[in-house]
Amino acid sequence: MAGDIMTARETAAAVRAGQASAVEITKAALDRIGALDKDLGAFLAVDEAGALAAAEAVDQKVAAGEDPGPLAGVPVAVKDNLSTKGLATTAGSNILKGYIPPYDATAVARLRAAGAVIVGKTNMDEMGMGATTVNSAFQATKNPWDLDRVPGGSSGGSAAAVAARLVPLSLGSDTGGSVRQPAAMCGITGLRPTYGRVSRYGLLALAGSMDTVGLLALDARDCALALQVVAGPDDRDASAEAEPVGDWAGMAGEAGPKGLDGLRIGLPRQLFQEPVDPAVKAAVREALDQLAGMGAQVEECDLPALTYSLGVYYVLVSAEASSTMSRYDGVRFGLRLGDQQGVAALYEQSRGAGLGPEVKRRILLGTHLLSGDQYESYYMQALRLRRVIKEELEQALSRYDLLAAPAAPTTAFPFDSWRAGTRAMYRGDFVALPASLAGIPALSIPCGFVEGMPVGLQLMGRAYGEETLLRAALAYQEAFDHHRRLPPVNAAGAGAPTAGTAGDGGSHGGGEGQ
Amino acid sequence: MSLRQDEDLTTLHQDGETPYELVIGLEVHVELKTESKVFCPCATTFGAPPNSQVCPVCLGLPGAVPVLNEGAVNQAIKAALALNCRIAPRLTFDRKNYFYPDLPKGYQISQYGLPVGSGGSITIEGPDGPKVIRINRAHLEEDTGKSIHDAVAGGSLLDFNRAGVPLLEIVSEPDIRSPEEAREYLTNLRDILAYAGVSDVRMEEGSLRVDTNVSVRPRGSDSMNPPTEVKNLNSFRSVVRALQYEGRRQWELLQRGEALTRETRHWDENAQVTVPSRAKDEAEGYRYLPEPDMPPYIITRERLEALKAQLPEPPQARRRRYMEELGLSAYDAGVLTAEKALADYFEECARLLGDAKTVANWVSTEILAYLGANNLTVDQLAVGPKELAHLLTMVKEGTLSGTMAKEVLADMLASGRTAEEVVEAKGLRQISDEGELAAIIRQVVEENPGPVADYKAGKEKALGALVGQVMRLTRGQANPQLANRLLREHLNS
Repeated sequence: MAGDIMTARETAAAVRAGQASAVEITKAALDRIGALDKDLGAFLAVDEAGALAAAEAVDQKVAAGEDPGPLAGVPVAVKDNLSTKGLATTAGSNILKGYIPPYDATAVARLRAAGAVIVGKTNMDEMGMGATTVNSAFQATKNPWDLDRVPGGSSGGSAAAVAARLVPLSLGSDTGGSVRQPAAMCGITGLRPTYGRVSRYGLLALAGSMDTVGLLALDARDCALALQVVAGPDDRDASAEAEPVGDWAGMAGEAGPKGLDGLRIGLPRQLFQEPVDPAVKAAVREALDQLAGMGAQVEECDLPALTYSLGVYYVLVSAEASSTMSRYDGVRFGLRLGDQQGVAALYEQSRGAGLGPEVKRRILLGTHLLSGDQYESYYMQALRLRRVIKEELEQALSRYDLLAAPAAPTTAFPFDSWRAGTRAMYRGDFVALPASLAGIPALSIPCGFVEGMPVGLQLMGRAYGEETLLRAALAYQEAFDHHRRLPPVNAAGAGAPTAGTAGDGGSHGGGEGQ
Repeated sequence: MSLRQDEDLTTLHQDGETPYELVIGLEVHVELKTESKVFCPCATTFGAPPNSQVCPVCLGLPGAVPVLNEGAVNQAIKAALALNCRIAPRLTFDRKNYFYPDLPKGYQISQYGLPVGSGGSITIEGPDGPKVIRINRAHLEEDTGKSIHDAVAGGSLLDFNRAGVPLLEIVSEPDIRSPEEAREYLTNLRDILAYAGVSDVRMEEGSLRVDTNVSVRPRGSDSMNPPTEVKNLNSFRSVVRALQYEGRRQWELLQRGEALTRETRHWDENAQVTVPSRAKDEAEGYRYLPEPDMPPYIITRERLEALKAQLPEPPQARRRRYMEELGLSAYDAGVLTAEKALADYFEECARLLGDAKTVANWVSTEILAYLGANNLTVDQLAVGPKELAHLLTMVKEGTLSGTMAKEVLADMLASGRTAEEVVEAKGLRQISDEGELAAIIRQVVEENPGPVADYKAGKEKALGALVGQVMRLTRGQANPQLANRLLREHLNS
């Protein structure tokens, strides 16, 4: 059916087989963005001309009998902290207003080479600092399940765009949960790969020791397909390691229900405690019972070092960011103010006007943490604790194949309640931080609903163990259909197509009060 | 305080004459000679058009990350080895944070915790014989861009071609006690690095830069006063002058009971004085941070051994060998080893000829004079070691006299022709054929009865006049030794 939102693999298969035109698919996506995104605010920029040109090239390849690539004609949205050649890249910050990168991030270049069609750039918390996408300098993105609620963040634009079926696939980035948490809050599947699995070249850094390029999609199969495209070593990023890339596209195409016999899943008690909402905890526990029913051995465990994750993470992320943000100085690109009044004025005025309050807060905090005695008592101490946390997780993952936890402690909260305070917002990240600090892969899959808002189950795996992780998620999604439920924005959008991938168009009750 | 401009500062510090001594440590930055920059593939050619050798990485564009260049690592390790340093088993980097427009990222990637080389040394000739100057560390870092302040009205221009060029910062211990020792240390350091082929070490192109830390104390004391850091030194001569000036200035302060403070000063080449630097005191520090964008870089034992094997014999060892094994004078050995290319030239030629002393003579006189007069380097010589050896073989075999050979060499150097071609063109072949010479000798004896009579009367000196006549008639081509013998035989018979 023309205009249907298909999965990435269905779209690519149809285009590759000549059954669908990439240009038509792209036009449909652009129409849908035009119809729905004025309410959602997921996109900061839509590149209609570029997208149609890319789609045209794909169609020509198909017509010429050439291989158009594994993601041929798949409309993809890219988080605005990934460098896109010729397409504005702001990271949600005023300081990058007007900056047009001269180069593509490696992940973007690999998507393009695979035939994907980049339709636009998505909104985010400024520089990735935040978990609501409200901290964008330009606009707030709304949750497709309830326009009065946040989509999570910082990859909130990418998550909302997929959840609203504007595109089947998007790129995000995950430093301290920025893919998993919005995926959970928007009811989609989000993968944070192993640190080093996907090149960071062209990812505007927040904290280089933890930043990863992540994937947001309708299900684990599409994550697997897209991961194979973007993964692998890169001579432009020394941390992108030469680990073999698996046949995840093959896995994405495997049919039939899967068992989980023998899969050992550990539940760290520390990640089910306060401030995890009891209803969220119940939904996650129910999903784990279902996994047990499919053959997995699920048991609780104690990982006491994880309780330090929050403090360790915020020391490290602030310290790194305070240095990384120094390049935004008004000298070579982006916003420039006060340049007739000397270098000090240029810096002060450009950074003063260009950087938002949360960015400034972390620069100040990080600068302090790296100065004088704080370096030893905070920064070095945090590095040591990071090692302890990593070792504890690695040890646990020698006993278990996977660890499970909520992907976010609550469901998406209303805009008017999110300013509960910076510390409260930071605390919400704590379930996501252990995987970030240890550099291990983790994903979030929809596992139920609380008062109409989606809940995410987080699974964490061994370093470079994405296959195990994706297989478990895939098996769950074969058996349960939370990921197929459509948010109410689909029914409300004027003239928008409504079909889901499996014909399960029924929106879930509660909270859809638009 | 100020010093009188007309004082001759160079005479102030003859050893043993001043009541104080200097405590000097040197920080030397050298640009490593590599094809590409240290963290990106951009070229490093000196003098390219502004901003023509840049990319997202060295411009510090959003999202770009550094990747360590193997070639730069090899050069850094070779340099550190040549300076007798221990080599770190893995390379880690740190960010040195400060704001400056020609520093693209707002931090310089450097090595703080673990330098590539540590615990090295250079042995210099001190007033009391050889003296070891310890090297604390040698660390790898990236260069900054260049600010150009006077090119346009109302603003500055930035050239990032130099941003990301690999630098090795070599930090000595405060073991240097006089400006002369500082010069000796720098000369040795420059020769060692040039020899190792790791840097152009050209101060005028900025591929070698020197900062000094200097303090004074009463001679013989082991007290330490706060040092002054002196910057903007553009030649070894400036280094010596600035150190002399600082010693004098600080000592006068001390004599007046004023406290010395740690400060940064600027050498004013025109006024020949140091002045307080306007640069803000970096009391808040650089907030060093382990570089999170690059994993540790492992240096294997095999790689280290391979790099060791690539290092040439250092100049001091070569000098010793020339004296001990080739029997050269200390002077000749010093002259020939001053530059690696010259020493290589000499050795190759000596090997081909099988006579080191002869080659040493020719290279240290004729060749060096020619290079000096024409301001050329060894690799620009039109006459290679093989061609020179061939010419000297002709002298050895008697085909050419020494005087003729000098004329031939001059032509070869200027024209690039071979010895044979020059000899042929000039008709310079020495007459060593006895039959050919015999006829000329008969003619000389017939035409010069006077000297012949003198010789026969026992005046040995008269023979010289007759040989001279032979040379005149042959236009200098007769083999003088042969002419001498034949004349003697003819007159004695």
